[in-house]
Amino acid sequence: MISVSGFLGQLFAIALALVLAPLLSGWVGQCRAWFQSRSAPPLLLPYFMLQKLFNKDVVLAHNASSLFRAAPFLIFGCMVLACAIVPTLSTDLPFAPAADALALVGVFGLARIFISLAGMDVGTSFGTLGGRREMLVGFLAEPALLMVFFTLAMIAQSTSLATIVETLAHRDLVIYPSLAFAGIAFTFVSLAENARVPVDNPATHLELTMIHEAMILEYSGRHLALIEWAASLKLYAYSCLGLALFFPWGIAPGDNFLALVAAIPLLLLKLAIGGAFLAGIETVNAKMRIFRAPEFLGTAFMLAVLGLLVRLLLESRV
Amino acid sequence: MTNFLPIDFLLTAGCAWLVIGLLGLVAPRNTQLISKMLFPLGALVGVGVGLVALDALGGPAQTAVLAIGLPDLPFHLRLDNLSAVFALLLGFVAAGISIYAAGYFRKGEGTAPGLMCLQYHFFLASMLMVLLADDAYAFMVAWESMALSSFFLVTTDHKHEEIRRAGYLYLLIAHIGAIGILLCFGVMTGGMGGGGGDYSFAGMRAQDLSPFWASAAFLLALAGFGAKAGLVPLHVWLPEAHPAAPSPVSAMMSGVMLKTAIYGLLRVSFDLLHSTLWWWGVVALVIGLATALFGVLYSTVQNDMKRLLAYSSIENIGLITVGIGLTLVFHAYRMEGLAALAMTAVLYHGLAHAGFKSLLFLCTGSVLHATRERSLGKLGGLIHRMPWVAWLALAGVIASAGLPPLSGFVSEWLLLQSFLFSPGLPHPWLNMVVPVAAALVVLVAALAGFAMVKFYGIIFLGQMREPALKDAHDAGPWEKAGLAWLALITLLLGVLPSTVILRIDAATRQLLGTGLADKLNENGWWMLAPISAERASYEPLIVLVTIAAMLLLVRWLVRHLYHGRVRRTTAWDCGYHFEGPRAQDTAEGFSQPIRRIFEPMFRMERHFPTARDVKPYYSVKVEDHFWHWCYLPVARAAGWVSTLIVTLQGGRIAVYLMYSFITLLLLLLVARP
Repeated sequence: MISVSGFLGQLFAIALALVLAPLLSGWVGQCRAWFQSRSAPPLLLPYFMLQKLFNKDVVLAHNASSLFRAAPFLIFGCMVLACAIVPTLSTDLPFAPAADALALVGVFGLARIFISLAGMDVGTSFGTLGGRREMLVGFLAEPALLMVFFTLAMIAQSTSLATIVETLAHRDLVIYPSLAFAGIAFTFVSLAENARVPVDNPATHLELTMIHEAMILEYSGRHLALIEWAASLKLYAYSCLGLALFFPWGIAPGDNFLALVAAIPLLLLKLAIGGAFLAGIETVNAKMRIFRAPEFLGTAFMLAVLGLLVRLLLESRV
Repeated sequence: MTNFLPIDFLLTAGCAWLVIGLLGLVAPRNTQLISKMLFPLGALVGVGVGLVALDALGGPAQTAVLAIGLPDLPFHLRLDNLSAVFALLLGFVAAGISIYAAGYFRKGEGTAPGLMCLQYHFFLASMLMVLLADDAYAFMVAWESMALSSFFLVTTDHKHEEIRRAGYLYLLIAHIGAIGILLCFGVMTGGMGGGGGDYSFAGMRAQDLSPFWASAAFLLALAGFGAKAGLVPLHVWLPEAHPAAPSPVSAMMSGVMLKTAIYGLLRVSFDLLHSTLWWWGVVALVIGLATALFGVLYSTVQNDMKRLLAYSSIENIGLITVGIGLTLVFHAYRMEGLAALAMTAVLYHGLAHAGFKSLLFLCTGSVLHATRERSLGKLGGLIHRMPWVAWLALAGVIASAGLPPLSGFVSEWLLLQSFLFSPGLPHPWLNMVVPVAAALVVLVAALAGFAMVKFYGIIFLGQMREPALKDAHDAGPWEKAGLAWLALITLLLGVLPSTVILRIDAATRQLLGTGLADKLNENGWWMLAPISAERASYEPLIVLVTIAAMLLLVRWLVRHLYHGRVRRTTAWDCGYHFEGPRAQDTAEGFSQPIRRIFEPMFRMERHFPTARDVKPYYSVKVEDHFWHWCYLPVARAAGWVSTLIVTLQGGRIAVYLMYSFITLLLLLLVARP
């Protein structure tokens, strides 16, 4: 049932994700520096960081438990699985039936629970604060994300990501207004989920405002490396998901080798533009207070519901 | 009698439970005999019940008549697929809880162990009887036995006043519910239309009720069974009774007894009534959503670990009711494929919740034994002292948060799938409302994650909030075995959804005439694709194996390519070293965002410190709105009426004789021939 080429394609997609994810983070950082008229860090900085962290000793707090030590590996595993499910180059993924859009949200949720629990494990004030805020952002973002997926699932009559992308990529040129709403909502949710400005700031350890950084304060060495890598994999997965859902052109439909090869530069181009766009958003926005986050994500949720209703009311004949 | 049918076996099992209970009375103070012999025996019977029910699934319905009860009113019993699914749940979950209970009950606490053993096994037998009853009389007898035995179990520690109060509240609401159920059966016997009066379920099935009376019966059933299940606003007994009861009893009540109410609701609305109206579904959907949202919000702000779980049970019952509502809507419009999907979600969530919630309640029991502390604010860091309990509780927490690859996610996934394919309902505004309901279901699921992180993180992680916690010890072997059994159920329900659904499909088929089996058989056993593989699929085993494989592979690679060195030192915490355990979030602190965002949902009494306080303190007390909206007014009215009646009771016998005389005169006037 599972073709060899499909399997190889799947492995290639995972490998590509592992390699490209830190690069994407580096690229966003570089664009951000350019937009803010700073001199940019090297593009390959994230790789150097990973290399350095893997070489360093792990420094554990005295009362760090086994869960604390297992969590980075679990989170990394979840993110690799997520990257395997999201169609990046081709929709012929042997892993795709393993988890549809709803299960993908579940996999992200699993990673979130583990990182929050790990944040609470050492028992410092920042750790618990970060864990609580992460769960706050999570329960606000998850419904909005699922509403986006619901809208798309109704268009494609399927919750399988591969089917959704295939339907959207190879449809006749019909404009779906619902997709516009869903796209904006998805952008909002991605910003929140990836700990980006305006919900969180990945570049700060400013004590009272941090979320993601607060949870991982106690991590060091290979644990921190895996968490950072997993965070960039999450950014990569969300970016690819957004690109695949709202700009699906160029994704190879099956095990067509030529289309697959052509998909790679197109993906790189799209990711470069997407990363620059993200850096632009982060530049023109300021970090908001944590209690504005409900408003921000509430807006995302409303937009997603609006998209769904538009789909139901106006496009049901399409 | 040549062949021994499953129903005969189940009857024997029920009797065996009764005998085990009675044996406890032989030596009521012999803890050793009772806990090491009788409870494990009860667990064995439980496994037997589960296996027989599993075997009976898919077979024809079997009936039996027991010549006990009143003269000319024998008990009718029937084992069909719906009963079998719930008997399966009862048997397997009871087995885990009984094993755990073997190590749990100690000397010299509350009720004598022998009496406890009797009550416990009587409770089990009466729940089995509820599932087997095939007439209103047997059902009500079993139902009341269940309520009474669980009441005595709840009030095990009857020396504390608040426990007696909780027990009273439970008994009161159980009886309000019982009245609803009794009236519902009364309506369904067809006494309204003249004739009728057949109290057996077969007779009720044969009745053709008018839509008005059918609706009345449905609403009565919803209220009656809702009181037992904990639907808003009849939920108030749950968060009182669960913390009061010993943990195995809480686990049994939350895991199994609430499901008997779901069983009753399914039995009445799909089996006994057959003219389904679409608005029944909407009523159930709305009440279910309100219950789920209410339950989860309150569970996030609780500071008592068992109350937190009790509210979480309310949430799960709400989700199940949402599923029932959806099934009713689809069933009313004859969209049987989707109805089967939603019904499967209902049954599956029942099974899943029974597993993971009993597991979590039992874990709180172990924590309680180890620390004598129920308040979250005085726990913390227990993963170091009780690693077994902590890691097994993690399975329950992930399942309860509705995350892959464990059991809670499967049912949630099925429920969302049935929501997703709801467009196509021949009713325009339903079409629009239903997806928004789905959004609320997702919000509930996400909030459940918040509540579970709070539950787990504050109990098991962090620093110990009290010095006494250093002496905490892990659970004993019996307790570990019980926990591991339930965790195994949670895991199996999580990773083998197709296999399980193929077994319980018989019940769906019985109630709706169609099931998911054909669709599932098209794909492999590892894949859950209820409609078709192109539309939606989920392979939890692959998810689990991938994450586990990545974990091991990455760990090996990192050690191989780099090193595995670890140094231990004090926590960094941005360089501030003077933090004690008090700097961690308290239970109140953790739920602060919820209290702030959903402020109108709670009734709060807060005290904030000011700059001039000599002894500044912060306190918050969250109360239930419904208590003030529904219950206190009724209680006040009752008090007012009784003060009026008091004026009649002067205490003088002459006055009382005059009352009797006047009554007699009035009766003579009225009853004059």
